[in-house]
Amino acid sequence: MSPKTAGGMDRREFLRVSALAGTGLLIACREGRGDVPRASGDLAAWIHVAPDGQVTLYISESEMGQGIHTALAQVLADEMEADWTRVRAVHAAADQARYGRQSTGGSTSVRMGYTTLRQAGAAAREMLVAAAAAAWSVPVGTCRAELGQVRHDASGRALSYGELSERAAALPAPRSPTLKDPTAFRYIGKPVKRLDSPDKVTGRAVFGLDTRLPDLSVAVVARPPVVGGAVRSFDAAAAKAVAGVRDVVQIPSGVAVVAGGFWAASKGRDALVVDWDDRGNGALSSEGIRNQLKEICGRGVNARSDGDAAAALARAARRVEAVYDTPYLAHATMEPMNCTAHVRADGCEIWAPTQAPTSTQQTAARITGLRPDQIVVHTTYLGGGFGRRSQTDFVADAVHVAKAIGRPVKVMHTREDDMRAGFYRPVGYNELAAGLDADGWPVAWIHRIASASITEQFGPLRDGIDTSAVEGAANIPYRIPNVLVTYAKPDLPITTWWWRSVGSSQNAYVTECFVDELARAAGKDPLAYRLRLLADQPRHRRVLETAAQRAGWGSSLPAGRARGLAVHEAFGSFVAQVAEISLRDDGTVRVHRVVCAVDCGQVINPDTVAAQMESGIIYGLSAALYGEITLANGGIVQSNFHDYPAVRMSEAPVIETHLVPSGDAHGGIGEPGTPPIAPAVCNAVLALTGKPVRKLPLGKVA
Amino acid sequence: MPSYTFTLNGSPTTVDVPADMPLLWVLRDVLGLTGSKYGCGIAACGSCMVHLDGAATVSCILPVASVAGKAVITIEGLAKGSELHPVQEAWLEVDVPQCGYCQSGQLMAAAALLARTPTPTDEQIDAAMSGNLCRCGTYPRIRAAIHRAATGEARR
Repeated sequence: MSPKTAGGMDRREFLRVSALAGTGLLIACREGRGDVPRASGDLAAWIHVAPDGQVTLYISESEMGQGIHTALAQVLADEMEADWTRVRAVHAAADQARYGRQSTGGSTSVRMGYTTLRQAGAAAREMLVAAAAAAWSVPVGTCRAELGQVRHDASGRALSYGELSERAAALPAPRSPTLKDPTAFRYIGKPVKRLDSPDKVTGRAVFGLDTRLPDLSVAVVARPPVVGGAVRSFDAAAAKAVAGVRDVVQIPSGVAVVAGGFWAASKGRDALVVDWDDRGNGALSSEGIRNQLKEICGRGVNARSDGDAAAALARAARRVEAVYDTPYLAHATMEPMNCTAHVRADGCEIWAPTQAPTSTQQTAARITGLRPDQIVVHTTYLGGGFGRRSQTDFVADAVHVAKAIGRPVKVMHTREDDMRAGFYRPVGYNELAAGLDADGWPVAWIHRIASASITEQFGPLRDGIDTSAVEGAANIPYRIPNVLVTYAKPDLPITTWWWRSVGSSQNAYVTECFVDELARAAGKDPLAYRLRLLADQPRHRRVLETAAQRAGWGSSLPAGRARGLAVHEAFGSFVAQVAEISLRDDGTVRVHRVVCAVDCGQVINPDTVAAQMESGIIYGLSAALYGEITLANGGIVQSNFHDYPAVRMSEAPVIETHLVPSGDAHGGIGEPGTPPIAPAVCNAVLALTGKPVRKLPLGKVA
Repeated sequence: MPSYTFTLNGSPTTVDVPADMPLLWVLRDVLGLTGSKYGCGIAACGSCMVHLDGAATVSCILPVASVAGKAVITIEGLAKGSELHPVQEAWLEVDVPQCGYCQSGQLMAAAALLARTPTPTDEQIDAAMSGNLCRCGTYPRIRAAIHRAATGEARR
């Protein structure tokens, strides 16, 4: 292991330096695969120190709101001793050879990038110091870096990074740069302001839909109204008669209407006549899907089997059984899917709000027949991602249309297109049974999951188990001697996809609500019940105890209010939440306050952690209260925010986030805030009404 | 093609577009002002919010014909030159934005609220801001930033 860096790669490969005439110092750093549990992406960056002192960090991961550009820039700037006011972060172009696979997901950016960026920053600092020492003909050891300058204290001289950048670029990169002592951190661990906020409060930030090019067309695509359907034939005459419509072209996903702008394209599509083939899916319904899940649920394969759960259940003093349903969910990012493409004979250029720049490049290569290196991918800001933008369906649409018309085109989803384009959080059906001993403690836990598979899209399931479908369920943290968790896969024509926190988004709800059912059956307080069953799980216990204490768990509440709690580990972080609720006159649930405790190991930016907890909670709360994609007659029923609502200002709870200090490795923060909120709210409903919530969304509970 | 004239961020502007084209698409596709966003097209999310004669108005269903002769302010015109509007300053101090896509609309709604209600209560914020969706869940920070802008703290 000695020649390896902590990031897991050979130091000789680690840093490459190049001097581009007149452009200053460039350092490339490439991330190796570390010991991150879900290594969904390599992270890479280029550092550029311009002669004017501007430090630019090219980040290969996508900024979709999670604050990653700022967090990674903090790491880099700290080790570099850069002046924060001269640091900016931008998206790197897609380049697999240089960066490896670029894919933002699994809450991995900091976890995978931290060590690499520290080393890159330290290397840049050492080179700048060495350049100054050479310029002054003094020993390197007598110079030091501070806030964008190198100083020689003995003589009082100083040179700025900008002044040193070209000289530094001519020096060899240090083989093993010395990292700062963490006590000297200037930015890491501090609530540094986001780098992207100034552009986002002035309307200057460029999202995918804001892409502007000379002679740019806009296209919308008519897609089959029934999932899995296809075009049988179409008549473009009426569409082409609409003023502003330039082209009507068939592509694999449907029929694209191309116009000078959105309004004409949309009117053209309204006029388009298409005869659709429903490919036999015309009778598909949510009820039928649930029936299939129910039918296969008992025939699952074992994802976890400790002891003999069936026997222990049979012997138990008491049994508790329940069925939990979770719906398909759409991501509903604020910016609908879109992509701009220009395909020429010798190359292709793409502008996309994508979580997956290299998949975008490969998708375009496949469609155009060009080599990946002939395809330039510009990643714009993403108007939300939540997993949806790891897909490339919208990229494929744009490349197909651009190829067909030979001119640049922006293909965009309307909100209705976006809601109905597929790629939903999988639907799930869960059968649970637990056996309690005479004192109410669980001796058997059986959780049978039937859930649409995301993972099968990448190849046959290993041992029949979709690991993401059982995540958060197969690894329940409670000390129970006999545990059985099984998985059964239905056969459905609906494409499913990663939705913020993936399997944990369903399984935290199901398991944490069922734990509350057990505590209730045992006549025990849900907090005390959990803490005892978590005797071996100190990080779970710490966040639970913190959230409960800060929420005043056990203290009296006004009449009509109740609290519920939940704890869950996901993406290396531990989060507990306590929700305080009441019921409105119409029986719907009002969430007043959420107290959240998070242990995400080492923290880069505490304010970003708090923001991501707030975000994850409200995203999860929207789903818990309202989120449901249903099918009728083979089509998706929901279409826009009126029938797929999300939490609004008037419904947003007060949220308090408490960071639980932990010296452990970095955990993710983009996703772990989401899983606990649904069960915390549902457990509060159980406390208030005495009735468990076994189906989401909540709707009316009284 | 009919011609419509209105005042856009203080400048007289004339466009030749179909009468039913919503203002949003006039701004984005015809005039190249992309700060106002498309989110739903049915006045359900507020991403496209602008000021029409001073009132916060969704532009995605507003036919351009109905804007003729009126004054439109977009996010691009909210600041006075290099001097940010107090809500923009407050947004920066609270670090409100995440993905940022809805924030133009949120800021326009907040600015219009403060123009008529300089120190709004939480209930008044709820009423004025509930037409603006944010899927990143920045509501608690938006609320804090509005209070901050209202008390003048953002102008320290």
